[in-house]
Amino acid sequence: MTAAAHPAAPAVEVVDATVHYGDVLALDGVSLSVQPGRICGLLGTNGSGKSTLFKTILGLVRADRGRVRLLGLDGATARRKGLVGYVPQAEQVDWDFPVSVRDVVMMGRYGQMGLRRRPRPADREAVEHALERTDLTGLAERRIGALSGGQRKRAFVARALAQGADVLLLDEPFAGVDKGSEATVTALLRRLRDEGRTLLLSTHDLAQVPELCDEAVLLQRRVIARGAPDEVLRPETVMEAFGVHVQGEGERWTH
Amino acid sequence: MDALTAVVDWFAVPMQFDFVRRALLVAVVAGVVCAVLSCWMTLVGWSLMGDAVSHAVLPGVVLSYMFGLPFALGALVFGTGSVALIGVVNRTSRVKEDAVIGVVFTAMFALGLVLVSAVPSQTDLSHILFGNVLGVSDTDIRQILVLAAVVLGVVWVKHRDLTLYAFDRVHAHAIGINPRLLETLLLGLLAVTVVVALQAVGIILVVAMVIIPGATAYLLTDRFERMLAISVGVAVVAAVTGVFASYHLNVSTGGSVVLAQATAFALAYLFSPLHGVLGRRRRRPTPAATAADQSTARQ
Repeated sequence: MTAAAHPAAPAVEVVDATVHYGDVLALDGVSLSVQPGRICGLLGTNGSGKSTLFKTILGLVRADRGRVRLLGLDGATARRKGLVGYVPQAEQVDWDFPVSVRDVVMMGRYGQMGLRRRPRPADREAVEHALERTDLTGLAERRIGALSGGQRKRAFVARALAQGADVLLLDEPFAGVDKGSEATVTALLRRLRDEGRTLLLSTHDLAQVPELCDEAVLLQRRVIARGAPDEVLRPETVMEAFGVHVQGEGERWTH
Repeated sequence: MDALTAVVDWFAVPMQFDFVRRALLVAVVAGVVCAVLSCWMTLVGWSLMGDAVSHAVLPGVVLSYMFGLPFALGALVFGTGSVALIGVVNRTSRVKEDAVIGVVFTAMFALGLVLVSAVPSQTDLSHILFGNVLGVSDTDIRQILVLAAVVLGVVWVKHRDLTLYAFDRVHAHAIGINPRLLETLLLGLLAVTVVVALQAVGIILVVAMVIIPGATAYLLTDRFERMLAISVGVAVVAAVTGVFASYHLNVSTGGSVVLAQATAFALAYLFSPLHGVLGRRRRRPTPAATAADQSTARQ
């Protein structure tokens, strides 16, 4: 992969992040470190602070305390260099928006283009390559909303690829994706990992975690557990985070 | 007289008059500029903001007349000032944005009404509120042309960024493009556009010009470039139809132009092959797309 400023630095490093929304404590001293070339699953219920942590990593929310570094760089520098790719949650996208799949993927290149964002041959090449890698070449002229759930996900991953992102943040990548397409998405994400990219994905769909993730972090405003997925997904730990009785169901989650 | 001659005369006779030619120029230019911007207004969902900015320019227009300044100057100051005020109150209070917009634009409009009543002799309120496209001066036309060129020029340079902003702000931020700046740019363009259209249709109807063409085009196509072209086409046809119809029927010009646009919208709403209520033939997402995705998954 393209070199980061500090090759030895973690791809994603959050140290002691604390975030308040008014009086509400959203994140309480959260620390997180993901090495390059790993897939890390960020697990938690709705309201557990997953999206706040994402926003903090993206620099959309300012932490009261703590710091974020990406590939050894401060967040703003990493973003300006196009190192951070973002794959939005399905419900945050306007699927009626009149853009084609190719238009969306091209938006990955905007940070590296001139004032008018006019595509140069290199940009077109990067877009075609990204479409090929995500198996969307034949659908490039389709409107983004005319794709199925899995294809939509791949289109946004393609945008991050065209951008040349080394770190991908995926917000609920399996929400709105039917069972048949999950495998395609999972295989794609693994390939990206194998090439040395780092993926941080938030999910409350625990079934995908042991299969896909190299490591997991269980969040409930603070970090409740971190480590290998099967350790993190032990029934007692999950119970604490989700606040529910999960005996018996824990089995399902770990296999 | 055969039908063709009648049609030609319908257009040719009014064109002998200078005031009709001026009115047509202003209506078409304003229509085009508004139509271009309306595509982003529709996609971002800023119709209320358009309404707010147009009403909020009233005190600026009145003050400009009072001090003998170009009306565009005062309108711009109050238009952009109101937008800034909406932003500040929104960020620093718990009141939701639509309520803040409602408070600010009505307050500004009220201030304008008070100012007009304080100096009744100098300004004709109805011309400001409902437009006075048949009485535009050379100075007005020059101002309109300059501002129209500014808006179209900026849009020509930044249209891809504006679409990026409308589609995915978080992605813009993630690749180091400041969405707040793009929002400010779009609001600034809206303020200038409102000023361009003020003379043509007046404060009350400006919002129609910055929403209807884009909304109409949105019903007719799924491609942004085509949406721009259709939107501009709708606005030009509506401007021409409105100006000539108002001459022959002796009715309000601004009202006629907006009615023509609304008619286009109604036709698209009913009969658009893509998204019309009566014309819709396909559903989204298409079954073919889902099938293709599943077949790839199985490989």
